[in-house]
Amino acid sequence: MVDAITFARTDEQTMLGSTVRDFLEATVDFDAVREMSTTQDAMDMNVWTGLGEMGLIGLHIPEEYGGAGFGATEVGVVFQELGRKVAAAPLLSSVLASTAILGAGTDDQKSRFLPQIATGETVATLAVYEGAHDVDPGAGDATLAMSDDGWVLNGVKRYVTDAPNASVFVVSASTPDGVALAVVSSDTSGVSVAATNSLDATRPLGDVTFSEVHVNADDVMSEASNAIADSLNMGVVCLAAEQVGGTQWCLETSVEYAKNRYQFGRAIGSFQAIKHLCADMLVGVEHARSVAWHAAATIDDPEESAIAVPLARSVCSDAYVKAAGDTIQILGGIGFTWEHEAHLYFKRAKSTSLLLGSVDSYRDRLADAVGIS
Amino acid sequence: MTGSDQAALVADAIDKLLGDNPPATTEPKAFWGAQFDAGLAWVDYEPGDGGLGVSRRHRELVSRRLNDADAPMWNRMANIIGIGMGAGVLVAHGTDEQRQRWLRPMFTVDEVWCQMFSEPDAGSDVAGLATRAVKDGDEWVINGQKVWTTLAHLAKWGMVVVRTDPDQPKHKGLTYFIVDMESDGVDVRPIYQITGEAEFNEVFFQDARIPDSHRLEEVGDGWRVAMTTLMNERVAIGGNTVPRGSGMIGVAVETWEQFGSGEQSDRRELARLWGEVEAMRLTAIRATQNMTAGVPGPEGSTGKLAWADLNKEVSSFTVSMMGLEGATIPEGYTLERTVYDTRMTERVLSPQRHFLRARANSIEGGTSEIMRNILGERVLGLPGEPRVDKNVPWKEVPRG
Repeated sequence: MVDAITFARTDEQTMLGSTVRDFLEATVDFDAVREMSTTQDAMDMNVWTGLGEMGLIGLHIPEEYGGAGFGATEVGVVFQELGRKVAAAPLLSSVLASTAILGAGTDDQKSRFLPQIATGETVATLAVYEGAHDVDPGAGDATLAMSDDGWVLNGVKRYVTDAPNASVFVVSASTPDGVALAVVSSDTSGVSVAATNSLDATRPLGDVTFSEVHVNADDVMSEASNAIADSLNMGVVCLAAEQVGGTQWCLETSVEYAKNRYQFGRAIGSFQAIKHLCADMLVGVEHARSVAWHAAATIDDPEESAIAVPLARSVCSDAYVKAAGDTIQILGGIGFTWEHEAHLYFKRAKSTSLLLGSVDSYRDRLADAVGIS
Repeated sequence: MTGSDQAALVADAIDKLLGDNPPATTEPKAFWGAQFDAGLAWVDYEPGDGGLGVSRRHRELVSRRLNDADAPMWNRMANIIGIGMGAGVLVAHGTDEQRQRWLRPMFTVDEVWCQMFSEPDAGSDVAGLATRAVKDGDEWVINGQKVWTTLAHLAKWGMVVVRTDPDQPKHKGLTYFIVDMESDGVDVRPIYQITGEAEFNEVFFQDARIPDSHRLEEVGDGWRVAMTTLMNERVAIGGNTVPRGSGMIGVAVETWEQFGSGEQSDRRELARLWGEVEAMRLTAIRATQNMTAGVPGPEGSTGKLAWADLNKEVSSFTVSMMGLEGATIPEGYTLERTVYDTRMTERVLSPQRHFLRARANSIEGGTSEIMRNILGERVLGLPGEPRVDKNVPWKEVPRG
């Protein structure tokens, strides 16, 4: 495997990136994003609608289920651009939910659920975390009990991404036969969503309570443990790409500012103290890019992916958190204001490093995978 | 010639070389001579210079085939400065006569090479160097001191940059020569470093003489030639792609197994560092692929800095992992010179020894501060520091 590592990109992949970049440059309005940031349910409808029209929401979903049938590399290309603009679009949630359905669903279930997710009409999300320190979440304490005409779901899922905007939850719960996933509409009786104030307001979180919720037998997917794990791995690939895009923005913004901000009669970028922060950021983003691309390219190779996914998580998280913090430092006072967008990236960087399981938990996985016993 | 024609040409030459000179029964020096004559020393150089005039990417095929055939390849280590840097300088800047005279015995290690730029008062600011050369008939007379010279004690030839015109601004008054290290007035002394080992030397010139025919390029062109040398050096230090998990991080993992505390926090830190090293390795692979595809980007410039800082961090953490054992050093301290031959690849250094040696990584071949300046200014386009030495005659610039 190691010999076959390639970072080459096709012209189509490069074009996809620049198309999405142009679209987001024209669409994302940071004044509107700042305004959204005071709410608990931020979602940039212009972005979401546009992504849907371009067929990008179902990028990774096979064509037979209404998607475009592309691989994780293309998904990464899109996420890198979304990250560069801290776009408030629930694509991570959508990818998590649809990947879980792809992994655990029957043909019938995939045919029923995926096409509407692929178009963006339905915002779906994965509800698997219950505690702040969950690692490799399975069913948790939630249960699915057999009833006369289907199942009854009880449980509380927390830190559910885009919960306030989701109309479908893919929920993990235990059954007598193991971990299952239930596909539950948000308007089902017994489902209640409590939006939380998320650190990164452009990615809303919420707690979802399922109380005696009736679920049709057709809407339950059994033996779902692997599907959850695959979905979260795909989520890491998405986030890693997003982290690269965010880190790249930090570098570009810092360098631009350092060239144009004058103090003591000099551009501050001529001071080594500033220049060296920028140089370290360059190293950070290039390393992050390498591991993020590699993780996307190898997602279907279980052996390599066992290394590449936690590797991307570890490297990209640190790179983005450091870059976003250093960017505020380079910007000085203006970087601390609500008016400047740097805080959106700083919040996204920190929050992203905490989603889908702690970075430390991925370092444990990496140690396992590479034989640090 | 198309790429596949070139590959076939190289493959045929390798077949013939190995057929005519079976590695098992051929003396290394004889083999290297035949390899040079077959154009397989550096395939991208011209015929006569030890090459076949094909693309540089075919070098990899030669290395692989010769390695598989157990051919001797340790000339690259025994003459690391010559083969790693000197050959490139001679090909870029040498006359026909100079290339003819020097390249073959360099490759066969009949003549070892060294390189002398740094001086006690010219480290990062190497263009400020003070060693003087004064013309005397067909010769130049050299006085001054160079430091950090790898292999000077074994070398026949030394690449040296000297000041030929102190009235010019510092970059302009330099000239590049090849000096006979065995000639009168050249005194080589070891520099023992923090490990007790002497990898390097200091070299004193006292009225040493160099024929004018040993000059590369014109008088005053020394800086340009020196830049070619330094570029080759930085590529040699940071641009290697090594196997996953090898090198210092491999030592760290072995140390964890042998001496590790078993603490989860140590294991996580080790995994984090493993990841950072792997990210650097993947970036080097990406840089090579982009270079080969003709689209080099910033990823090609980060290797030296990243490697230096990471190697220090990993080696320091490795010794920390050892607990009290890390307060010992198995080798102890013996003042001895480095041996540059096959033994070098076989020797196993303790983590403590690696830890001490690693301090130099962010100093040698461009300090990490200079590397950050280069990334900031040449890659990111940030402005330089105001300069007090620009357009000022060298002799008027404060030094010390």
